[in-house]
Amino acid sequence: MTDDSRFGLARSVTLAGPLRLDGGARLAPVEIAYETYGTLDADGSNAILICHALTGDQHVASTHPRTGKAGWWTRMVGAGKPIDPARHFIVCANVLGSCLGSSGPATVDPATGTPFAMRFPVITIRDMVRAQALLLDHLGIGTLAAAVGGSMGGMQVLQWAATYPDRVRSAVVIAGAARHSAQNIAFHEVGRQAIMADPKWRSGDYYADGDPPAAGLAVARMAAHITYLSEAGLTEKFGRRLQKRPGREDGAKSFGFDADFQIESYLRHQGISFVDRFDANSYLYITRAMDYFDLAEEHGGLLATAFAGSKKTRFCLVSFDTDWLYPTAESRAIVHALNAAGAPVSFMELSSPFGHDAFLLDVPELNRVIDGFLRAGEGI
Amino acid sequence: MSELRPDLAIIADHVAPASRVLDVGCGDGELMDVLRAKGCDARGIEIDPANVSHAVGRGLSVVQGDADTDLVNYPDNAFDYAILSQTLQTARAPDKVLTELMRIGRHAFVSFPNFAYWRVRLSLAWGGRMPVTPALPVSWYETQNIHQLTIDDFRAFVKERGLTVEQAWFLTGSRRRGEAAANLRAEHAVFLLRR
Repeated sequence: MTDDSRFGLARSVTLAGPLRLDGGARLAPVEIAYETYGTLDADGSNAILICHALTGDQHVASTHPRTGKAGWWTRMVGAGKPIDPARHFIVCANVLGSCLGSSGPATVDPATGTPFAMRFPVITIRDMVRAQALLLDHLGIGTLAAAVGGSMGGMQVLQWAATYPDRVRSAVVIAGAARHSAQNIAFHEVGRQAIMADPKWRSGDYYADGDPPAAGLAVARMAAHITYLSEAGLTEKFGRRLQKRPGREDGAKSFGFDADFQIESYLRHQGISFVDRFDANSYLYITRAMDYFDLAEEHGGLLATAFAGSKKTRFCLVSFDTDWLYPTAESRAIVHALNAAGAPVSFMELSSPFGHDAFLLDVPELNRVIDGFLRAGEGI
Repeated sequence: MSELRPDLAIIADHVAPASRVLDVGCGDGELMDVLRAKGCDARGIEIDPANVSHAVGRGLSVVQGDADTDLVNYPDNAFDYAILSQTLQTARAPDKVLTELMRIGRHAFVSFPNFAYWRVRLSLAWGGRMPVTPALPVSWYETQNIHQLTIDDFRAFVKERGLTVEQAWFLTGSRRRGEAAANLRAEHAVFLLRR
């Protein structure tokens, strides 16, 4: 299997489709960029799908081609980690609508020969999951040993369990939610408006000039980044400390509008470095998909009904006590629905100072729980 | 299995194989582990995060939650047995917890320390102090046992609620006691109830 050209790093596939989208459009062809790690067992029983978050990508444990940084989840995926290529066949695909090689607004529309831009159809979390299912078909994977994801990745995992219950044996949802709250939508709208208010956005048709709405996207990222952290974490890391200045190690107020405070400088850096690796239109499309996500709504308003077919899927949910973006109450609501549906579910709230971002950071307890949960599913 | 706490060993022995079980206050899952080996579909609720982490790490389906608030989310008759071991006396509203327990499970096992055990009576009557015994090892100010009860209290309560005692076991340490004068002689009790 190792010489199978479908498997390995930096892969992509063009599937004929059409993919019928929730918004009514049909997408054809469907391009999916993905990576695989490890070897698929002869009986195909060791496949784990990792679903990435809003600005994540398929480089879960490999060097990012644009930033040169290590994969975004090397704390969870790798030799000796809970998700281990020595034991698992790991698949991670760039979501539909994104900008790292899968079909999205930057993709050239075969009908016109120019990028779709805002003519790309609006997509949903379920559309992303359907595209992933097509990819699994292409890779010859019937049932997943596990689907694993945090944040928007967790939403996809829930959607997997609801849409393809027979294809998921274990589901791991970290810092997730079964729907986007008014507050979540509100923050996303701030980000979208920042992008659209940038004159360089030009209704999304900025690809030809190579002059994207970087300022707007950076502001969107800055606002969003605050929501990924916690007040306590920010206070601990930055407090009210000032930026160092020449001759003044402890900094000084400029009595102007430079980045005086360390937190200002940090956020500006986050914004600026983000625009190098992400497309503004993709940001619009993916935040929209998240805002539309409401798993109960698809099932008559009752979340338990969404999991009616999932009785055989084992679930593990984890939340973080300082995460106010997808707070513990959201995970509990899912747990209650799973209990009502009779699905086997484990849940715990972990303590971490890092807010929503904790799922990407060093939380040893998280690794221990995921490791035990996955091994139990594999009968180890 | 020999290491199981005595009340848990009794429960483990009397849960029918391959039944559906909810262990409320399951600790680190030691009873669930034994029940799983008996082919049971065991689920747990536990309030202490370290215990939940340990239980999930050993592959058990345990949810971090509170018996006082989270039982309402389970459907009627969802389980063959609902188990409440050494937890009733720690509940804020033990009567409501028991009502929920009997709604969720067709049967319920309830175990608790007996506050009318003679050593407890002695400590209170002669020493004039809140008892610290092997079954009640913690001082008054740090105990989680906020609703102490006796075997006779529990019998009266069960009768008042119209529940049926299918079986009862009485223990001092790991030694079984007879039913005679159990309220005086037993340190612990385990009841098997049904509606």
